[in-house]
Amino acid sequence: MEASRDVAAASGSVSAGDRPASAPAPAGAGSLLAVEGLSVRFGGVVALEEVSIAIAPGEALGVIGPNGAGKTTLFNAICGFVRPQQGRIIWRGEALRRVRTDRLIRHGIARTLQGVGLFSGLTVLENVMVGAERFRSSGWVGSLLGLPRSAREEESLRARALDALARLGCADLAERMPGSLPYASQKRVALARALVGEPQLLLLDEPAGGLDAGELEQLVELLHGLRGAVAVMLVDHHMEFVAHVCERLVALDFGRVIAAGDAATVRRDPRVITAYLGEEAAAPGARAQAQARRREGEGPGDA
Amino acid sequence: MTQFIDLTLSGISNGAIYAAVALALVLIWRATRIVNFAQGAMLMITTYIAAALVEAGNPYWLALVVAVAAGLVFGALTELVLIRRVESAPPINAVIVTLGLLVFLEALAGMIWSDTPRAFPAAFSIQGYEVGHTRILFSPNSTFIVCVVALVALALGALFRYTSLGLKLRAAAFAPEVARLLGVRVGRMFTIGWALAAGVGALAGALVAPSTFVGPSNFDPILIFAFTAAVLGGLESPLGAIVGGVLIGLVLSYVSGYEGEALAPLAALAMLLLTLMLRPTGIFAASRERRV
Repeated sequence: MEASRDVAAASGSVSAGDRPASAPAPAGAGSLLAVEGLSVRFGGVVALEEVSIAIAPGEALGVIGPNGAGKTTLFNAICGFVRPQQGRIIWRGEALRRVRTDRLIRHGIARTLQGVGLFSGLTVLENVMVGAERFRSSGWVGSLLGLPRSAREEESLRARALDALARLGCADLAERMPGSLPYASQKRVALARALVGEPQLLLLDEPAGGLDAGELEQLVELLHGLRGAVAVMLVDHHMEFVAHVCERLVALDFGRVIAAGDAATVRRDPRVITAYLGEEAAAPGARAQAQARRREGEGPGDA
Repeated sequence: MTQFIDLTLSGISNGAIYAAVALALVLIWRATRIVNFAQGAMLMITTYIAAALVEAGNPYWLALVVAVAAGLVFGALTELVLIRRVESAPPINAVIVTLGLLVFLEALAGMIWSDTPRAFPAAFSIQGYEVGHTRILFSPNSTFIVCVVALVALALGALFRYTSLGLKLRAAAFAPEVARLLGVRVGRMFTIGWALAAGVGALAGALVAPSTFVGPSNFDPILIFAFTAAVLGGLESPLGAIVGGVLIGLVLSYVSGYEGEALAPLAALAMLLLTLMLRPTGIFAASRERRV
């Protein structure tokens, strides 16, 4: 609880004047995941600075921003691929001291990668079965010796994996190799693999990349189907897609939160337009504000 | 014709040993993208342990089991203590570590057991079968070697294909970061991969020792031939290692039999060079994908 209050305060660090009135910080008692004051630097390069974001159970949150904004770094920090120099990651009210990537799935956090990230040498079914391994309770020795309990679990995992594939319309692909599938099907398999572990939070890293309009529509439909059951944190460049899927957006630029709130408001935010399209495209007022902030040596959304 | 049959059978028997060591190299390569240049030295140590047990009056079979068990432990410890520190470093670091381990182990063996090679018993008779009135170059012990290597290869194939552990080992080898995200303890999989490889190597050492004798550097040529076999089969492919091992065994046997034993290492070198020039990914390589 206290952690959540901290996050609320940290989220409030996007100063009241900067945050649109309709963009309340969602953190609070009900936060599923909250990152609080997260900073990541690679040598002299600041990838994330004092980023505070929270997501509630069942919510769909979009993280947008131009290339290099820090979106994937944010995911990497949550997943333990990079260690933040500062800040906290709070999962269901408890701060994770050191995020161990291989324990995320047991916490209930699943992630898909940019591209598809399927195991090229494993069949589609085997790929999804790896995702279901969190439900296994027998150890590797049992598996090695082929003990009955382990064999029963194997069957159960296979059934779970087939079920996950069926839910995503990929049951007929179970014995195929990923490389032989169309890109959109590979994405579906990757999603099935992430969902088979029954996560509470799904981190989707550019799921729309490489999909055509029809495939994108299917993906939106699929993600709408998860609404309420699984919290989705989504990173993508495709603004329309993100706005269709997510109720709430957080915009990053140069590693900082520049806007947060409901999708329509964030998309209209001059700082977001400036970040994506340059200052010429932004409203003159916003341009002046941005210039003023730069002169003061203070980035938008600074604490 | 008799000579050809003799050389073929002898080639298959020797090839089985190269195949086992090549399999060990491939297991480690697949798991950690490291060529274990210390493989020969590691199996030398476990064979010395087996030899010491036999010399102390213990049964051959006990010595064989202990050697394999020692190999499993040795492999796991090597990964945990030495290799884990260089797994995510540039590849040259691992090369230097494994070469260093090779030199260290050979020196250590010399200090403990002296440089004088010692004999090691065979499981079965090494006298060739008598076919008609001719004694061929294939003995009950050769049959044992071929059968054991074939069984080990099949068991490993079943492990990788049909068990959860095998699934996780493969997942960790193909994409460790993705495997981690899915809850696979990749470090543990690497340790198990190294243990399995060293266990297979230890078995190969005990099987070949009756013909090579046990000495600090007596297994170096085996490593070279096995490495050639692994490259020939494609470093990614366990099946390729087996086929490559038998092919190398046959070629070396023919070259030794028809042209003289001195040319055998040159033949292996020529095969390695030809493979690297004509099909660098090996015969059985499924793809050119490499982890970066």
